[in-house]
Amino acid sequence: MSVQLPPATEPAPGPIPPGEADGRTAKARTSRLRLTVRRFARNRLALFGLFLLVLLFLGAYGGPFLTKWDYQQHDFLNFLSSPSGDHWWGTTQGGVDLFALTMRGLQKSLIIGLLVGVLSTFLSATVGAFAAYFGGWTDRVLMWIVDLLLVMPSFLIVAVLSPSFRGSTWLVFVVLLGAFSWMITGRVVRSMTFTLKDREFVKAAKYMGVPAPVIIFRHILPSMASMLIIDTVIQVGAAVIGESSLSYFGFGVQAPDVSLGTVIADNTTNASTYPWLFFFPAGCLVLIGLSISFVGDGLRDALDPNAAGAKARSHRKKSGKKQQPKRAPSATAAAVPAQTPDAQETAS
Amino acid sequence: MTETRPTQPTEAADTAQPVLAVSDLTVSFPSEAGEVQAVRGVSYAVRPGEVLGIVGESGSGKSVSSMAVLGLLPESAEVTGSVKLAGRELLGLGDAAMSKIRGKDIGMVFQDPLSALTPVYTVGNQIIEALQVHQSLDKAAARKRAVELLDVVGIPDPKRRVDAFPHEFSGGMRQRAMIAMAIANDPKVIIADEPTTALDVTIQAQVLEVLKTAQEVTGAAIVMITHDLGVIAGFADRVQVMYAGRPVEAGPVDEVYYRPRMPYTIGLLGSIPRLDEARAEGTARRALTPIDGNPPKMVDPAPGCPFAPRCPIAVDQCHTDEPELTVAEGAEPPQALDSVRAGETPLTACHRAHEIGAGLDRDAVYPVPVLPEAGAIERLPRAERATVLELDGLVKHFPLTKGAIVKRTVGTVRAVDGISFDIREGETLGLVGESGCGKTTTLLEILDLPSGQAGTVTVFGKDIRGLNRADRKGLRRDMQIVFQDPMAALDARMPIGDILAEPLKTHGWDKARIAARIPELLDMVGLEPEHADRYPQEFSGGQRQRISIARALALEPKLVILDEPVSALDVSIQAGILNLLDELKTRLGLSYLFVAHDLSVVRHIADRIAVMYLGRIVELGAADDVFAAPSHPYTQALLSAVPLPDPRKERERSRILLSGDLPSPADVPSGCRFAGRCPKYSELGDSDQARCREEDPAAAVLGPDHTAACHFAAAVDVVESAVAH
Repeated sequence: MSVQLPPATEPAPGPIPPGEADGRTAKARTSRLRLTVRRFARNRLALFGLFLLVLLFLGAYGGPFLTKWDYQQHDFLNFLSSPSGDHWWGTTQGGVDLFALTMRGLQKSLIIGLLVGVLSTFLSATVGAFAAYFGGWTDRVLMWIVDLLLVMPSFLIVAVLSPSFRGSTWLVFVVLLGAFSWMITGRVVRSMTFTLKDREFVKAAKYMGVPAPVIIFRHILPSMASMLIIDTVIQVGAAVIGESSLSYFGFGVQAPDVSLGTVIADNTTNASTYPWLFFFPAGCLVLIGLSISFVGDGLRDALDPNAAGAKARSHRKKSGKKQQPKRAPSATAAAVPAQTPDAQETAS
Repeated sequence: MTETRPTQPTEAADTAQPVLAVSDLTVSFPSEAGEVQAVRGVSYAVRPGEVLGIVGESGSGKSVSSMAVLGLLPESAEVTGSVKLAGRELLGLGDAAMSKIRGKDIGMVFQDPLSALTPVYTVGNQIIEALQVHQSLDKAAARKRAVELLDVVGIPDPKRRVDAFPHEFSGGMRQRAMIAMAIANDPKVIIADEPTTALDVTIQAQVLEVLKTAQEVTGAAIVMITHDLGVIAGFADRVQVMYAGRPVEAGPVDEVYYRPRMPYTIGLLGSIPRLDEARAEGTARRALTPIDGNPPKMVDPAPGCPFAPRCPIAVDQCHTDEPELTVAEGAEPPQALDSVRAGETPLTACHRAHEIGAGLDRDAVYPVPVLPEAGAIERLPRAERATVLELDGLVKHFPLTKGAIVKRTVGTVRAVDGISFDIREGETLGLVGESGCGKTTTLLEILDLPSGQAGTVTVFGKDIRGLNRADRKGLRRDMQIVFQDPMAALDARMPIGDILAEPLKTHGWDKARIAARIPELLDMVGLEPEHADRYPQEFSGGQRQRISIARALALEPKLVILDEPVSALDVSIQAGILNLLDELKTRLGLSYLFVAHDLSVVRHIADRIAVMYLGRIVELGAADDVFAAPSHPYTQALLSAVPLPDPRKERERSRILLSGDLPSPADVPSGCRFAGRCPKYSELGDSDQARCREEDPAAAVLGPDHTAACHFAAAVDVVESAVAH
């Protein structure tokens, strides 16, 4: 049986001889988390993204210790100086060291972006899935809320509310941004749940007696994991930009605190003549987006058992190598019937 | 391979000149994993008026080869060999040239009649289009011909129906319309690719009848591709069995069915449950002989016979040399070369074919699995066993609503309209009926444990109406389900171990017990404990269904509800699952509610049978009684429509053909629901007919365990009728 079928993909069925089965001790199964981690680790791009993300975090929090400058300190000898040994990324119009400033901004942007992305995706997934799974009044009420939030001008509301939380923690800002960015995804999740809830594996779980919230979090939401992960990535990007635009108008992160948004906004006037003022903070913004999307792709493939990228690589290599030499005999076999009938008759 | 090549016209064979001759056809597709060799050398020839059946399991290349003949494969496919239509080479013709042939000289009937008709044009327009493309007919003439064609294929009231849209047709009528289009231009060959697979048995019988009529009208040759050995047995003159892209056995139907020489054919015939299964009084049922393993992957096939890894009598040579399709030794010697050309001599691709023909006993090729002895519970008389599930007058109606804002009820769909049955311990009740009869609704009604509408459902002696949440959860532990589609029933994102652990976790098992239980479960259904780490898509369909069964059995339930558990599987795999179910039932003392549309499968596995029609049970009783003496006209029609994989019996049987289709459950006729289609009704006198029309028949008791809801119930033997005498 093993002659024909590679045991990795097509396990041989058929009953096991009883003696063999008895002798075998129950081996501990590999947990699902470890399987996922292993599959994630096989994806080089995802590992690179993760490495980049870690590097950004390290830079954001460790970077300020590497330089003697502080983001609030003004160097009155260097206004708008280009990158040099003293100021690695140059200085701003006010003589502030750009490296220190960007690293500080990166801290806020990373945290706010990630938190808002995760929060809004979680909200949309939960609300959308619950609404669709339970249907009826749950669905109606939740969708009213969604529609209400959709028609509210979120930017204005955040702007109006911002004076009232001025001085308090920036976490309020995260909650506000998150609360206004989940509705569209929520509707998408709802419609996807409608189709998923009639799938047989969901019904099977239901008839097993699995409680509804567990079904939602164990079966329904993981089935749309790729959509949710991509959505998180988009939300992170959108949150960083949203935070930047709010900060630009003075509603977001407040001075003396800085974010990447405020750093870019403050230097827009000089960006064309002193390009490093734009390139370094904007480059960090791009790196955030890039690293998160790499990690997101990797996670999606690791969670999706059909993804080719996460399968054991040795297996792929083997089959790839086999192809060339193996094709030769089969090609000749196919060539035989293609010959003239007379030649074939003599051959057989 | 060489023997069936009928290319050069010879003086003697002129009368039997093949109209379509395929020789050494190979098809390969590029794919991610490598080159897929879908077809590896198919040769056949059909003469006018002849029916060639091509049988094979999914992936055997039977459909691909027909697509290659029609030139309908994607550009990426590489096709070699030769396809000659009345002497003209078709391979290598461009699409424009092929279009002139398709639909004119070669008619096509596809599996899915819904997707084969364009939904936005009327059926008539599509037939008219088919006519006008190939013939210079004016509109009026084409329309007249379209009406004629619809009449030929038995569409009632064709003058009016010609203007109907495809969605207004039922599945059977759509397939008739497809056949009308296929014969519109008097084709020389009709290629029918699984023409009845998507249809119910009674409709299948009608459509096969229409295909026969179509052939008589046009005198065309038919190439019939199917996986159903029963359909071929009664329909085809010659048959070709395909495996792994090659024909492995070919010959006249009788020869292949009664004297198969290729182990695969023998296995295939042994693995199908049969309606005419002989079951002597009191003896245990016959175990089916499954073929172990799975069909090979068509990428990088290993050398040797592709069937060798699954073959019980493979010898060393089988693993190294692939056998050619040759005249089987031990077969009747070919009288003349012409006979070989015409395909009258059986051909086999097996190194040991001569032994099978002579010394080797066919029945001994496959070891018959031993089913365990009937358990203590199964030996008890039925009346003494505990009742597991009891339905009494269960009703499920759905309101039909209209209107976007204010919903008003405009009608009722009577999906389930008062059904009663009970299942005792250690018993299998087969619930059969055609699609739309309410089987699935009944199941869901039992499983949802609802509390609305009329009727009672009693599970293990408890009426589910009065249950609280905890009791319901407890009931769920004792009642589990196995779904039809093993691909959809397992969460693709969870490894097998987690899937099996889910019911255990839900019902509060601790980790150590779960870890011990999972290998036990996998072992029980014939899988390896190591498989727990793999994901469902790494398994084949049959293995996935085993996993589904393992999950259903995890909590040691007493009742397992099986919703068409084998209808998505190939026959050779299906046999293994049916044997497993049989074995588990005896070992674990289970009761099954087995829902299926395939009567042969039900015949094999069920102890009792309930036949459903339009939301009602029309006949209920012990399986042996119902099959031996079906008393409701609907049961009789249903049984007579099931094709037997036995050409001789098939030819001698007379079919009870039902007229029309299943009425909509939203518009249930008054009186007897079946009266409108009943073959018996038309034979009755006026007063009796009035009774059928007005009075809803109650279940009439016909025996100790046999009831039928018919005013004039009378037993008719429809399975064996002609053969027995």
